[in-house]
Amino acid sequence: MAPPSDRTNDVRGDLPPNLSDYASARSGFTWAQARGELAGMPGGRMNIAYEALDRHLNTPTAHRTAIRYLPREGEPAEISYRELAERANRFANVLAELGLQPGDGVYCLAHRIPDLYAAALGTLKHGCVFTPLFSAFGPEPIRSRVEIGRPVAIVTTERLFRRKLAQWIRETPSVRHVLLIGPVEDTPPDTLDAAQAMAAQSPEYATRPMDPEDRALLHFTSGTTGKPKGAIHVHEAVVAHHITGKLALDLHPEDIYWCTADPGWVTGTSYGIISPLTNGTTMVVDEEEFDAERWYRILQDQRVTVWYTAPTAIRMLMKYGPELARKHDLSSLRFLSSVGEPLNPEAVHWGRETLGLPFHDNWWQTETGGIMIANFPSMPIKPGSMGRAVPGIETAVMRHTDDGIERIDDPAETGELALKTPWPSMFRGYLNEEERYRKCFVGDWYLTGDLARCDEEGYLWFIGRADDVIKSSGHLIGPFEVESVLMEHPAVAEAGVIGIPDEVAGETVKAFVSLKPGFEPGDDLMKEILGLARKRLGPAVAPRQVEFRDRLPSTRSGKIMRRLLRARELGLPEGDTSTLEGSKE
Amino acid sequence: MNRDELRAIILEELSAIAPDIDTDTLNDQARLRDEYDLDSMDALNLLTALHKRLAVNIPEADYARMHSLSQLLDYLEPRLAR
Repeated sequence: MAPPSDRTNDVRGDLPPNLSDYASARSGFTWAQARGELAGMPGGRMNIAYEALDRHLNTPTAHRTAIRYLPREGEPAEISYRELAERANRFANVLAELGLQPGDGVYCLAHRIPDLYAAALGTLKHGCVFTPLFSAFGPEPIRSRVEIGRPVAIVTTERLFRRKLAQWIRETPSVRHVLLIGPVEDTPPDTLDAAQAMAAQSPEYATRPMDPEDRALLHFTSGTTGKPKGAIHVHEAVVAHHITGKLALDLHPEDIYWCTADPGWVTGTSYGIISPLTNGTTMVVDEEEFDAERWYRILQDQRVTVWYTAPTAIRMLMKYGPELARKHDLSSLRFLSSVGEPLNPEAVHWGRETLGLPFHDNWWQTETGGIMIANFPSMPIKPGSMGRAVPGIETAVMRHTDDGIERIDDPAETGELALKTPWPSMFRGYLNEEERYRKCFVGDWYLTGDLARCDEEGYLWFIGRADDVIKSSGHLIGPFEVESVLMEHPAVAEAGVIGIPDEVAGETVKAFVSLKPGFEPGDDLMKEILGLARKRLGPAVAPRQVEFRDRLPSTRSGKIMRRLLRARELGLPEGDTSTLEGSKE
Repeated sequence: MNRDELRAIILEELSAIAPDIDTDTLNDQARLRDEYDLDSMDALNLLTALHKRLAVNIPEADYARMHSLSQLLDYLEPRLAR
C-alpha cells in the first residue's frame, strides 16, 4: 500500500478521505452495509427520491443548500433541501392529478433549469420511470427514443417543444401529456405550464415506497447496429449511486460539488442529481454551456471543492492556456475527477501544474449505472489509467474462447473488460430487447464491449472499443443511427460512419457516402447531405464531415465495413479482409 | 471590406459548418447556440475558419464574446481595419 505521503499532492484540505485504505475498504465491503447507509422504507421498500430528499428533512441538512443555481445572467439562487423536496412534491402531485401510474414513463428534454431537478425527483417520488434526453439532440433521435420507450408524459421547455417536438409529437400515441418547465410565454395547444400546475398543488406528497427491483430510470445508449437501446435501472441502484459518490468522488456533506455533465445523460443523472443529494452536498448547477472564463469564475466564486468533469472540457480549458486559470483563485478545490472517455496523461499533468491538483479518471457506462473503476483520492494516480475497481465490484480482462471466455492474467495482454454480476446499479434489461440484453453476459460476467489491460497492481488501462460505436465529447454515438438518416437523402446509395480522432472531442463523426446513379459529387450536394443530417440528428450526433466515395467497402452480404473505412482513413493496418466483397480468396 | 462583405463571409463559413441553417432568414441578434443549434465544437470550427480566412487573430479568451452574428461582426470588424 502506498504511504500517505504519496497522496498529499493529489488531494487538498483536511477532510479525511472516505476511502482511506483501498485494500481494507475492498476486503471489508458488502453491498448490504452500503445499503445500510441509506434510510430505506418500511417493508424493505425503497425510492431513489426518498434517499435523495425525504430522509434529510428531519435533519439539519433540510435547511442546507441542495442546489446553488447559476442562471445565464443574474444572481445565483439557493434552493434548500426542503425547498427542493417541496418542489418535487408539487410535481409528483401534478403527475398524480394527470392520472399517471407508477411504472409510467416520463421523459425530460431540457437544459439545466431548476425545475428539471424537481421534475426528475418528483417523477421518481410518484414511482414513474424517468428518462433524460439530451437537449442538443435533433428531432430524429428524440422521436426514435420516444417510440421505443413510449412515455406517457414529456417534460420540456417551450422553446424546445416548438423547435423539436411540436411537428410530430401528436403522432406518438403513448404521449398523453406535455409539461413545460421554465418560463412559458404562450402555452402551445395540448401542453401544460408546469409551474402554474405546480403552484396549484400541495407541497406535501408521500413518496411511494417501491420494490427495490421496480424500474426507476430508463437511459438510452447506442450500439453498433440497430436502434438506440433503453437500459433499465431500478430503485435499488441508489445504493451504488450513493456509495460510489462517497468513495470514488469522495463526497462529504461539507462539499460544494460541481458536476458539469449535462443532465440529459447518465452521468448528469447518477452524479448530477442523485448521488450529490444522497450524500447531502451542495451542488452547483450552471445554466450556461462551456465557457472557459465563466467556468474558472464559477470554481472561484462558488468555492467549489469537488469538481467532476470530462476530458473534452479539460482539453478545451487546456487550449485557453494556463494564464486564464492563474488569474483565478482556485484554492477551494480539493478533489478533481473526470469521466466520459479515457483521460490522456497530459490532461492529468496539466491539472496538477495549472490547477494545483491532478484529475482522477474513472470509468463506467450507461449499463453499469454508476462508477465501477476509479482513481481514488487515497491512492497514487497512474496517469492514463482509469484506476482500480470500486469496492464491491470485481473486474476481469477476458479472452474469448470457442466455448466462452477465460480470464487473462498477463498484464501485457489486451482483452474485453468484464464485471462480475450482480451489483445494485447494474442494468436490468434493454427495453423490449431481451436477446440483446442476454448477449451482454457470459455466465456470471457482464461484458462491457471495452478493450482493456490490467497491470500487476490492478490498475485498468483502456485500449479501445470492441465494436464500432463512436465516442464524441464523451457521448456514445451509434453509427447505424447516423447512417440511417444519411440514407434518407435521395442521392445517397450507401453510407458508412466512423469516428476519427480529434484533439478536443476525442473523436468526431465522419461519414462516407456513395451516390446513386445520376448524382454527381460536389460541394452543394455535400452541404445538402450534411444539412439534412444536422437538422434531423442535431449537432451532437450528426457528422462534422461528409466525404464522397465511388463505393464503400462491404462484405459479400452487403454490410458496410466501417472498420476498414476507418483503417484506410487513418492509415492503420487493414486486418483480415477475406470476407470483403470483390477481394481475392 | 465593409460590414456587409464581412457578414457574407461569416455566413459562408457558417453554412459550410452548419448547412442546416437558412442564412437568408438568420436573425443577427439571436444566440447561434440556442436558435440555430450550433454547439461548442461548431463554434470552435467557425472561429478557426474565420481566423484562417480573414487572417485575424482571435484569442480563445475572446470566444465567449461571440454568441450571435452581430457580436461576431462587432468583434471582427474593427480588427480587420487594422
